[in-house]
Amino acid sequence: MRPFTHLRPDTAGDAVATVAADPDAVFLAGGTNLVDHLKLGVATPGTLVDVTGLTSTAVEDLPDGGLRVGAGVRNSDLAGDPRVRRAYPALAAALLAGASGQLRNMATTGGNLLQRTRCAYFQDVTTPCNKRVPGQGCAARDGWTRYHAILGAAQDSAGLQHCVAAHPSDMAVPMLAFDAVVRLTGPDGDRAVPITEFYRLPGDDPSRDTVLRRGELITAVDLPPSPIAARSTYRKVRDRASYAFALVSVAAAVAVEDGTVTDARVAFGGVAHGPWRATRAEDVLRGAPATDDTYRAAADAELADAAPLDTDVGGNAFKVPLLRGTLTSTLRTLVEGAA
Amino acid sequence: MSTPEMLTPRAMGTPRRRVEGPAKVTGTARYAAEHPLDRPVHLHPVLATIPRGRVTAIDTSAAEAVDGVVAVLTTRDADALADTSDREFTVLQDDEIGFRGQYVGAVLADTPEAAREGADRVEVTYEQDDFRAVLDPDAGELYAPDAVNPAFATDSVIGDADAALGEAEVVVDATYTTATTHNNPLEPHSSIVVWEPDGGRFTIFDSTQGVSTTRSNVATVFGMDEADVDVISPHVGGGFGSKGNLHANVVLACLAARRVPGRPVKYPLTRQQMFSLVGYRTPTIQHVRLGATREGRLSALVHDVVEQTSRTKEFAEQTATYSRSVYAAPHRRTTHRLDMLDVPVPSWMRAPGECPGSFAAEVAMDELAVACDVDPVELRIRNEPDADPETGKPFSSRHLVECLRRGADRFGWSRRDPTPRARLVDGWWSGTGVAASAYPTNRSPGSGATIRYHRPAADGAEHWDVEIAAADIGTGARTVLGQIAADALGVDVDTVEVTVGDTAVPPATVAGGSSGTASWGSAVVDAAQRFRAKYGTDPSDGDEIEGATPENDWSEHYAMSAFGAQFAEVLVHADTGEVRVPRMLGVFAAGRILNPVTARSQFIGGMTMGLSMALHEDSVMDPRSGHVVNHDLANYHIASCADVGDMDAEWIDEEDPYVNPMGSKGIGEIGIVGAAAVVANAAYHATGVRVRSAPMLVDHFLD
Ligand SMILES: Cc1cc2nc3c(=O)[nH]c(=O)nc-3n(C[C@H](O)[C@H](O)[C@H](O)COP(=O)(O)OP(=O)(O)OC[C@H]3O[C@@H](n4cnc5c(N)ncnc54)[C@H](O)[C@@H]3O)c2cc1C
Ligand code: SF4
Repeated sequence: MRPFTHLRPDTAGDAVATVAADPDAVFLAGGTNLVDHLKLGVATPGTLVDVTGLTSTAVEDLPDGGLRVGAGVRNSDLAGDPRVRRAYPALAAALLAGASGQLRNMATTGGNLLQRTRCAYFQDVTTPCNKRVPGQGCAARDGWTRYHAILGAAQDSAGLQHCVAAHPSDMAVPMLAFDAVVRLTGPDGDRAVPITEFYRLPGDDPSRDTVLRRGELITAVDLPPSPIAARSTYRKVRDRASYAFALVSVAAAVAVEDGTVTDARVAFGGVAHGPWRATRAEDVLRGAPATDDTYRAAADAELADAAPLDTDVGGNAFKVPLLRGTLTSTLRTLVEGAA
Repeated sequence: MSTPEMLTPRAMGTPRRRVEGPAKVTGTARYAAEHPLDRPVHLHPVLATIPRGRVTAIDTSAAEAVDGVVAVLTTRDADALADTSDREFTVLQDDEIGFRGQYVGAVLADTPEAAREGADRVEVTYEQDDFRAVLDPDAGELYAPDAVNPAFATDSVIGDADAALGEAEVVVDATYTTATTHNNPLEPHSSIVVWEPDGGRFTIFDSTQGVSTTRSNVATVFGMDEADVDVISPHVGGGFGSKGNLHANVVLACLAARRVPGRPVKYPLTRQQMFSLVGYRTPTIQHVRLGATREGRLSALVHDVVEQTSRTKEFAEQTATYSRSVYAAPHRRTTHRLDMLDVPVPSWMRAPGECPGSFAAEVAMDELAVACDVDPVELRIRNEPDADPETGKPFSSRHLVECLRRGADRFGWSRRDPTPRARLVDGWWSGTGVAASAYPTNRSPGSGATIRYHRPAADGAEHWDVEIAAADIGTGARTVLGQIAADALGVDVDTVEVTVGDTAVPPATVAGGSSGTASWGSAVVDAAQRFRAKYGTDPSDGDEIEGATPENDWSEHYAMSAFGAQFAEVLVHADTGEVRVPRMLGVFAAGRILNPVTARSQFIGGMTMGLSMALHEDSVMDPRSGHVVNHDLANYHIASCADVGDMDAEWIDEEDPYVNPMGSKGIGEIGIVGAAAVVANAAYHATGVRVRSAPMLVDHFLD
């Protein structure tokens, strides 16, 4: 574990300036992901710039009826916010499905969005990983891929996938379904990035998870008003009943009239390099009868391009039927619950 | 021989909380790494990153330059060990690598962070040889070990099983597998070692299931007198077998201590290190064949096991021994074959042998029940033997049938419709299952105990010291030994104080094989009887005597074992394949239950670990690198609280004068035996899908 300097700047501006100027500095929030990486040697920064207290810890009402979630809001506080529970129940459920009580008390909204993959090879510096060390190779591709992606990891001209990792956040999945906007402040000023554009696919540069630029600090996440979100849910399937990352997860909201789906929002977790918006599934759902056949067809439309990994160490082909079953069951329960 | 005398239970059998409970929950009980010693040096090891080959170069200069680093130990400069016959303990003696994760060096520093940083900066160059790290009966030369753990026959043959199978009306022929699992006690293996060069003494604070074994092993490895090795281990945060044998970590800490004479060397393992250095349960491939009449009476039982061992040191899990003693069958055969791999050394994990063996045997019995259309409780009753099926000895006591009947009654078994995949409740397939449990009743010779009497003149309140180097690994051994001593002396239990976990007191055998209470308790009873014989009922202040565990001559005449029956209700989600176990009940017949509070936690602890094996535990070995890739508790899943539903254990009163003077049988391991099978059997009843491997994952139930 490399010795580091711990800084507590007074303002977000100072924090940004420090990290922008020093390629060896990183932000530290709740530390539940970063500190593990320090111990494992996955991250070796020389300076930790502590941002707790530098971004808002409040959930505020926006004039348009949406909510602004400060980057410093703890996962447990966000899950318990009455407005979130009422207007975006899938988000509250996703937060509560993540980690453990103690971890949620430490974890922040900004840190949660930026937590890194749980790929076991990424976390083990004795195995090659393109995300950790670009160009080193990917140990997972022919290895243990139970927690890895089935969507979005394109092959290059040589037929190689540079990274097949999945993003582990639960919180980000409903945020994606509800078109959240990530607010940033950086050395070049402030900007707002729709979450639909925030996460990157690995392509040939898996070292970058998001479009965040050097020194940019997440200040808040805006949740736009979304009537459909009030009837939403989050379903996470994992290898034990609690305290495990998703094998697959589904955030879904549906509106149904006279047995026909009139509108839908669907996003998946655990299956791609970032949370995955299932726009093809949404297209199949809209206007179709609210039946199991429709739900399965929606899943199949989204899964048409799925490229599960078949390895000696444990592949992830099971995720295809699992995601189909999970989406079907989630939508059925949501619609029945509303009826 | 006349029936032996048993102690009259007064304190024994009463519910008593752990005497050290308040110290533990207030954080004042000291675990191995917590003993406050001056100026400790922190150790962080350097581990081999290849599974087989040798170290060709090692550059420690960058490590030595790290601020706070005190010393770097490598194969080049570590002290020579006196005894190198056990490859697991020949730490830093040569350049050969036998498994990935083996020690190749260690960094000592003033802070744990500097030690870790130093270890990261040691540059090791290797030459790698071809290797195999995954159990594969087709790839390797399987061989028959001389014996299986600890000293059972490798194979056993009675009658002509093949002929009987050929003639049987019903045959079950199936292969079952269990995954590699790691013990993962909550407290990692930890030691603090001080080397005093004058006189050459080690003082070792260790997290161990046996201070006396640690002492003798360290003395052997370093060529010292046992008297020059002190081992202190008052509290242990679980072991499940992994702290039963010495492992290389203690040898490394001792070598390091010799480098910094007088300074305590502190070495708690990281969770990741525990996946290569302190033992684990071998994966198993078990081929079971049952031949039976249409009514389900067994004529043949064959249990053939293939499992792995390490090239570094042989360990042969006695997986098929379960099938040697539970069910009657005139024709029977069991075998064990090993695949020797370039992997860490497997070792004891709760109920070695019985645990994986019962998974195959008890699922196979469920398959036979289905094939014969006989109720699975009734099937087991039909195959109850009159005597131990292999040795022909009568059982000193055996109440499996009573456990099955009582459990069936409590569980509501009579309402069960045997049809599989017939109950869909709120999207979950629901089913129930049964399995038997058994675990041999062991008692090991070799423990001593001191009893000392005190009567302070001032207030006259009498008080007894009982001293024995036993281990309390969270089981409540300290508490129960006090109850035994009180009854053996005929005194109030509150006047007895028990000291365990210290080589300063008489030696004791390891907490293993569920033999602790029986072995140590017998020594305590022996000391108490000698005390009364010598000093009568009116001893003087300071009178003391030593006793020892006597041989049990009755074991020549009787087979001795505890039995049980487990029942489970399982739900499997129809769309996602998720498995839940809302209800689990174990009924056990395990002699006299000495303390219902601590016994219950042993039973349900074992059952929980079996549930965990059934649903979660799976150390994933990467064949390309030879290491367990999911080597932390975020990726290696054990059952969480949410996975454990309404879990209950009860027992039937069993009087057995032959096992020991307390009439007790070991209870630490039987709870895990059959527990994984009962979950698999209930999952079959729920879904109609027969899963023959542990763990069962969502994958098994998806189309
Ligand atoms: C055992 C375990 C189980 C877990 N299980 C789950 C689970 O089931 N589901 C789930 O979703 N998560 C799970 N987590 C992950 C957890 O949610 C994350 O660790 C947590 O959300 C990270 O937040 P943090 O504030 O602690 O981030 P930190 O660890 O402090 O930081 C994480 C990263 O974000 C950066 N960062 C932090 N704040 C900002 C900011 N404002 N702007 C820019 N960069 C920033 C840091 O530089 C760092 O790179 C688990 C974690 C553990 C340890
Ligand atoms: S999947 Fe991605 S994170 Fe995992 S080893 Fe490959 S490149 Fe690294």
